[in-house]
Amino acid sequence: MSDPVIAARGLTKRYRNTVVVDGVNFDVGRGEIFGLLGPNGAGKTTTILMMLGLTEVSAGEVRVLGQDPVRSPLEVKRRVGYLPDSVGFYDQITAAENLAYTARLMGIAAGERKSRIMAALERVRLQEVADKRVATFSRGMRQRLGLAEILLKRAEIAILDEPTSGLDPQATHEFLEMIEGLKRESVTVLLSSHMLDQVQRVCDRVALFQGGRIVLLGKVPELAQQVLGGGYLVDLDVTTPSGVDLEAQLRTVPGVTAVSRFGQFRYRLSASRDVRSDAAAVAVSAGGALTHLAFEEASLDAIYTRYFQKQAAATGGTRDAA
Amino acid sequence: MRREGSAFQGLGTVVLKELSDHLTSMRIIVIELLIVLVAFASLYGATERLRDTTQEDPFLLLKLFTVDRAPLPSFIGILGFLIPIVAIGLGFDAINSEYNRRTMSRILAQPIYRDALLLGKFLAGLATLGVMLLCLWLIVIGYGLFALGVPPGTEEILRSLIFLGIALAYCGVWLALAIFLSIVFRSAATAALVALGVWLFFTLIWPMLAQFLAQLIAPPDLAYLLRGLPSPDTVEWQQILARFSPNQLFGECVLALLSPTTRSLGPIYVEQLQGAVMGAGLPLGQSLLIAWPQMVGLVAGSIVMFVASYIVFQRQEVRA
Ligand SMILES: Nc1ncnc2c1ncn2[C@@H]1O[C@H](COP(=O)(O)OP(=O)(O)O)[C@@H](O)[C@H]1O
Ligand SMILES: [Mg+2]
Repeated sequence: MSDPVIAARGLTKRYRNTVVVDGVNFDVGRGEIFGLLGPNGAGKTTTILMMLGLTEVSAGEVRVLGQDPVRSPLEVKRRVGYLPDSVGFYDQITAAENLAYTARLMGIAAGERKSRIMAALERVRLQEVADKRVATFSRGMRQRLGLAEILLKRAEIAILDEPTSGLDPQATHEFLEMIEGLKRESVTVLLSSHMLDQVQRVCDRVALFQGGRIVLLGKVPELAQQVLGGGYLVDLDVTTPSGVDLEAQLRTVPGVTAVSRFGQFRYRLSASRDVRSDAAAVAVSAGGALTHLAFEEASLDAIYTRYFQKQAAATGGTRDAA
Repeated sequence: MRREGSAFQGLGTVVLKELSDHLTSMRIIVIELLIVLVAFASLYGATERLRDTTQEDPFLLLKLFTVDRAPLPSFIGILGFLIPIVAIGLGFDAINSEYNRRTMSRILAQPIYRDALLLGKFLAGLATLGVMLLCLWLIVIGYGLFALGVPPGTEEILRSLIFLGIALAYCGVWLALAIFLSIVFRSAATAALVALGVWLFFTLIWPMLAQFLAQLIAPPDLAYLLRGLPSPDTVEWQQILARFSPNQLFGECVLALLSPTTRSLGPIYVEQLQGAVMGAGLPLGQSLLIAWPQMVGLVAGSIVMFVASYIVFQRQEVRA
């Protein structure tokens, strides 16, 4: 990456004696959508707070747009937009008034303010409720209002913390589309989420957090290759005549990297290519009755779960050996 | 480490926003109506009493501030009592409400320093209190004109305006305390209760405690005790201790300024009265001189409280 806009090196956060973020390294390139993913309590929010100077860094460093957020907070905050986890607004005033306050804090010239606010509200489809008090807004609307604030700022980097949590599927879908809209305007997006599958579609690259560390970092298909041994998963339900070892036969299909069997009928293949037709042919020629065939690209959830299964197996193995 | 940019960037914006919040807040309107009501009652009581006395008084107008008629307290009595309440009402949720509404991190993600937010909230609170005090002042002056028919003299106006400034400093102490508590406690209710506890302590408990402690530190002298007089040492200690309370400082300032005959804020010894014309008022400069340490004390108190707030707030993690 020639031009990282966010760079973390050995970034660490300690509270008294618990380490919450533990020597994290990552780069985010310009115009990228980068996902900080992981379960609740993994340290995603804390990492974000350190990038914005909202909490002190215990060790290591982070650069945002080449600046140190502790030394040049104003410069960083002028160019970075932040949508906090479950964002709040002043309920007793309207959406437009809320944005007018932050617009003044941003230092937007008085003449430009109104038009920029209306344009931002229109982008997130809130123009009709611009003069409604925020108290009446749903969670999805608040979330969109927060995004409007980032648009209003014309931020180069948008940092979104759990932007889709608590939204219904429709609202989630709309919000993710708006995030992709940001990317089209070459805004760099850093988003955090504990819903891995939900956001994997929009992320160019992801960092998977666990216990304050990044355990996996890269593009989703690459991680799938690395962890699952393939980017595709095929599920087959086959009833076989007794005495046939279908599992072994499926392993011989070119491209298949792993086969696991669940219960009596279900076989799951990991593969580096789409092996549906070959696998089905093998099953049928072995005399089996194929009742179900499903195909999916590797999900982050699967990658994540599999990674920890492997970890557990590895540590369990060494313990046995010792 | 030098920081880039001005610490006051965004200050004006914050002040205006907070001010408009205060001036439209139901809570504040109710409190202020209450004060105006009580103020009128006490003024009525004062004028009734002043009408009874036919004695010539060069400072009749100032008497409106200080004279009471049972069961109503005097105007300044009410102020001394209610200013802390209003200031606490303005400040107890200044910072924690931003956390609880989850607006804090959104605001602090804008290009401003925390200094601007904190100072802006303090100044807006002070301005609100200033407006309230000015209204009350106008009410007193206007009432004096109507009810007593006396036009105020220059010195009376001057003294009462300085009194206004002192009242504002007194507001500042309590406002800064309330804001400090709003930073320390995440729950607004806790902050309000603790602030009221401090207020109660200084209005009710501390005066008694000061007396008690003074007697411990400097036990009464038997020679004075037999003559039924308080011992000078004990009285002095009691006064020193009592002055740790902002209420006491405010009371003494007011006494010196609004009762020009006040010659000293401590015990007076007979030698000090040599050559004094009893009953004559001191010139304004002399009155100011008497109350100077108390005034400085009030201003210093608000600054200390504000700096404490600043230090705590600056290091706080903003996770909401
Ligand atoms: N002030 C604090 N003191 C101690 N531990 C904290 C504090 N704030 C957060 N934590 C802990 O830090 C961990 C990471 O929190 P966070 O960064 O919010 O996780 P995430 O955003 O990934 O859900 C959590 O286990 C949380 O309990
Ligand atoms: Mg979080």
